Amino acid sequence: MRRHWFWLVAIVCLTAFSVWVVLPEESKGFTVDLNNDAEPDWVEFSQGLDLVGGLRVLLEAELPSDAYTTDELRETSNSVSRRVNALGLSEATVQLQGSSRVLVELPGVTDPAQAIDTIQQTARLEFVDFGGLSANQVSQLIGQRILTDQQALIDIARAETLAEEEASEAEATAEATAEPGETETGTADLPVEQPRIPNPVTGQPFTTVLDGGMLDSAIATFQQVDWLIQFELNDEGAEIFGPFTASRVGSPLAIVLDGVVLSAPTIQSQLTTGGVITGNFTEDEAKQLALQLRSGALQIPLRVESAETVGATLGQESVERSIRAGIVGVIVVLTFMLVYYRLPGVAADLALLVFIALNLAAFMLIPITLTLPAITGFLISIGTAVDGNILIFERLKEELRDGADLDTALDSGFDRAWTSIRDSNLSTIIICGVLFLFGQTPGASIVSGFAVTLGLGLVLNLFTAVLVTRTFLYLIINYSRSPVTSRRWLLGA
Amino acid sequence: MFNIVEKRFYFFAFSGVLISIGLIIMFISVSSNGTPFQLSIDFVGGSIYELQFSEAGADEENIRDTFARFGEESVVIQQLGDEENYRWSVRGNFESQETTQDILDALETLAPLDRDSLRIEQVSATVGQEVTRAAFVAVAVAALVITGFIVIAFRQVPKAVRYGLCAIAAMVHDVLIVMGVMSLMGMLLGWEVDALFLTAILTVVGFSVQDSIVMFDRIRENIPKHIGEPYETIVNRSIWETIHRSLATQLNAFFIMVAILLFGGETIKQFIAILFIGLLSGTYSSIFTAVPLLVAWEKGEIPLLEGDEAISGAEA
Repeated sequence: MRRHWFWLVAIVCLTAFSVWVVLPEESKGFTVDLNNDAEPDWVEFSQGLDLVGGLRVLLEAELPSDAYTTDELRETSNSVSRRVNALGLSEATVQLQGSSRVLVELPGVTDPAQAIDTIQQTARLEFVDFGGLSANQVSQLIGQRILTDQQALIDIARAETLAEEEASEAEATAEATAEPGETETGTADLPVEQPRIPNPVTGQPFTTVLDGGMLDSAIATFQQVDWLIQFELNDEGAEIFGPFTASRVGSPLAIVLDGVVLSAPTIQSQLTTGGVITGNFTEDEAKQLALQLRSGALQIPLRVESAETVGATLGQESVERSIRAGIVGVIVVLTFMLVYYRLPGVAADLALLVFIALNLAAFMLIPITLTLPAITGFLISIGTAVDGNILIFERLKEELRDGADLDTALDSGFDRAWTSIRDSNLSTIIICGVLFLFGQTPGASIVSGFAVTLGLGLVLNLFTAVLVTRTFLYLIINYSRSPVTSRRWLLGA
Repeated sequence: MFNIVEKRFYFFAFSGVLISIGLIIMFISVSSNGTPFQLSIDFVGGSIYELQFSEAGADEENIRDTFARFGEESVVIQQLGDEENYRWSVRGNFESQETTQDILDALETLAPLDRDSLRIEQVSATVGQEVTRAAFVAVAVAALVITGFIVIAFRQVPKAVRYGLCAIAAMVHDVLIVMGVMSLMGMLLGWEVDALFLTAILTVVGFSVQDSIVMFDRIRENIPKHIGEPYETIVNRSIWETIHRSLATQLNAFFIMVAILLFGGETIKQFIAILFIGLLSGTYSSIFTAVPLLVAWEKGEIPLLEGDEAISGAEA
C-alpha cells in the first residue's frame, strides 16, 4: 500500500506541475526564465502556420551546386534572415535545408505576397560606369536590363542550371505523359525573356564600379516630390568611390538594381561617403528596397520551390473546431469508460485526465509546434490511450468471473496485460518513428507533427495506462473494499 | 459461444470480395487516369487555391476564364460547402509568386476576396518528386521494421513465423481495403492522395499490428492452459475472450474520430475518414482474418503451406 501512496504523491505532483505549465501566464504567479532572455519560457503553445496563418516558403538556390560554397549559402540565408527580422515578425524562422535550400516561415504575416517579394529579390545594387555614352543613349538605357561584368558571371551560372534542369526534367517526363506545358513549371519565374544589353560603345559588358555590399546604411526618405534612398558607404566603398567620382565629374553613373537601370545621374562632384538613389519609387518600393539594401544583397539568387499561404482567420477557425471536437470526444470517452467499467472506469478516467495534462505540458516544454495534424495525432492518442486500461479491466473481469478473489484478480489483471500493452503500443510507436522521418522531407513536413504527438501520446500512455491507473485503482478499491466485495457490478463484472 | 473460426471461409470470402472490388476500382482508375488514385500536389507538384469570396459574383465559369487568362487552361474547380459560403477550391499549375498575385488580383474583380481566409499551397515538380521518393522509402522502411518487430515480439512462441505472416496478411488486408476505398472516393468525390493519406495508411498498419498482437498474445497464453483441446477451440475461445477489448477500444477511437468528423477542422476530415475505415478494418481483420488464417494454416487448408493437423491426419 505504501508503494501506491508514494506513486499517488508523485503523480499528483507531476500533474499539478503539468497543469501549472499549461495555465495562462497571468495565473502562474511567478515565471521561469531559464535562457535569461527576459521573456518567460512557457507562455503559450507554439502554433504552426496552419493555425495562426502566415507564410511558409521553401527557396532554392538558382545556381548549380558547384557555383557557390556552403558559406555563400549561409550568408544568403543570413541576409534573408535580416530581411525577415526587419519585417517585424516575432515568430519568424529562417533555416538552411540541405545544401541548396532555405526554408522561411513567417507566422502571422499579413501580406504574404509582399513578404515573398522582399525576401526573394536578390537586391544586387551596382554602380555602373556609363562614361562615354551620349545623353540619348543613357536615357534609352533607363529601365532596361543591361549586361555588367557582375551580371555576366551570374548569367553564365544561371544558364547552366537551366540547361541541367531542362535535361533532367525532359528525362523525367519523357517516359510519363509528356504534357508540353509541364517543363516550364520549375523555371517559370526566371526572367530570361529579354537579353541583357551590353555597352553600345564597346560591345562589352559595362564595368561595375561598386556594389551594394559596400553600403553601410540605406534609408528611404521623402524629398520634395519623390521617394528616394539615402545611402552611406563603408570605408572600403568610400576608397573606391571617392577617386572614381573625382575622375568622372560630368559623366553619367548608372544605378543598377538586379541588372535593371534605375537611374543614371551625372556625377556633379566627388562623392566619398554616400549619396542618394532615385528611380521614381513609391513609398512602399523605397522602403522595401532600403530594407533589402541594409540587409545585404543575396549572394545567391533564390527561387520559390514551394509556398503555403494560410489566412489568419482560417487557422483560428481550425483551432476552435479542433478544441471543440477534442472536448466532445474526451467527454464521450470518459462517460463510456465510467458507464462500462464503473469503479475501474473512475481510475481510467482520472488516468486519462493525467494523460491529457502531461501531454499538454510536454507540448509546451519540449516544445512541439501544434499544427492541425499534430492536434489530430494527440486526439487519436486520447482515443487509443484507454486501450491499455481496457485490456487490464477486461482481464480483471475475467479473473473475477473465474472465481478469483479481488486482490488476485487485480494483480493478475495488471501483470498479464502488461506484455500485450507494451508489444501492441510498440508497433504504432515504431510507425510514428518512420512517419517522423518521412516528415523531414520539405514537402511532407505536415506529417511530422502528427507523428510526434501520436508517438508521444503512446509513450506517455505506457506510463499512465499502467502505473497511474494501477495507483488510482488500488487506492480506490482499498478504501471501498466492503462495498466492492458485496457489489461486484461496481467492478463492471 | 458462436464459432467464428468454423465460419472462417465466409469471412475469407467477404474480405476477398471487398478487396477484389477495391482492386477492380483501382484497375478502372489506372486505365482511365493512369494512376490508381487521384494524386495531390504533394506528389506531382502544382497549386491549390482555396478562395473565399465575401459575396456572390464568382462562378465556375468566370473563375475558369480568369485562370485561363494567365495560361492556366486546365484548372480543376470545386465549390466548397454550400453555395452561399462563396468558397472555392482551384487546382492548377505551379506558378511564380508574381503570377499568383496577378491571378488573385484578377479574381478580386469577380467578387471581393476575403484575404484572411485564403489558403494557397504551391509545390514545384521537384519537391513533389522528392516527396514521392520519400513516400516509397517510408513504405519500404515501415514494412521492413514492422516485419522485424513482429518476428521479435513472437520470437518465443512456437511457429513464430506463422504468427508473423498472419499478422502481415491482416495488415495487407487493411491496406488494400483502405486503398480500395480511397480509389473509389477519388473517382466519386475527387479525394486526393496526399502526404496525410500515406500517414493514415501507415498509422492503420501500426494499429492493425497492434490488434493482431493482442489476439495472438491471448492464443499464446491459452495454448498451455488448455492442453488437449483442439487448436480451433482454443483459438475461438481466445477470440471471444478478447473481443470485448477489441470492441471497447474500437468504440473509443470511434468516439474521438466521429467528434472530429462532426466538429473538427475541414482540412483534416478526409484524413480522419480514411483512418477510421482503416481502424475498423484493422479490428475486423484481427478477429476475422488473422486468427482464422492461423487455424486454416494449422489445418493445412492454405495451398502450398503444410499444416500440422493435416500431417498427423495423414499418418492416422
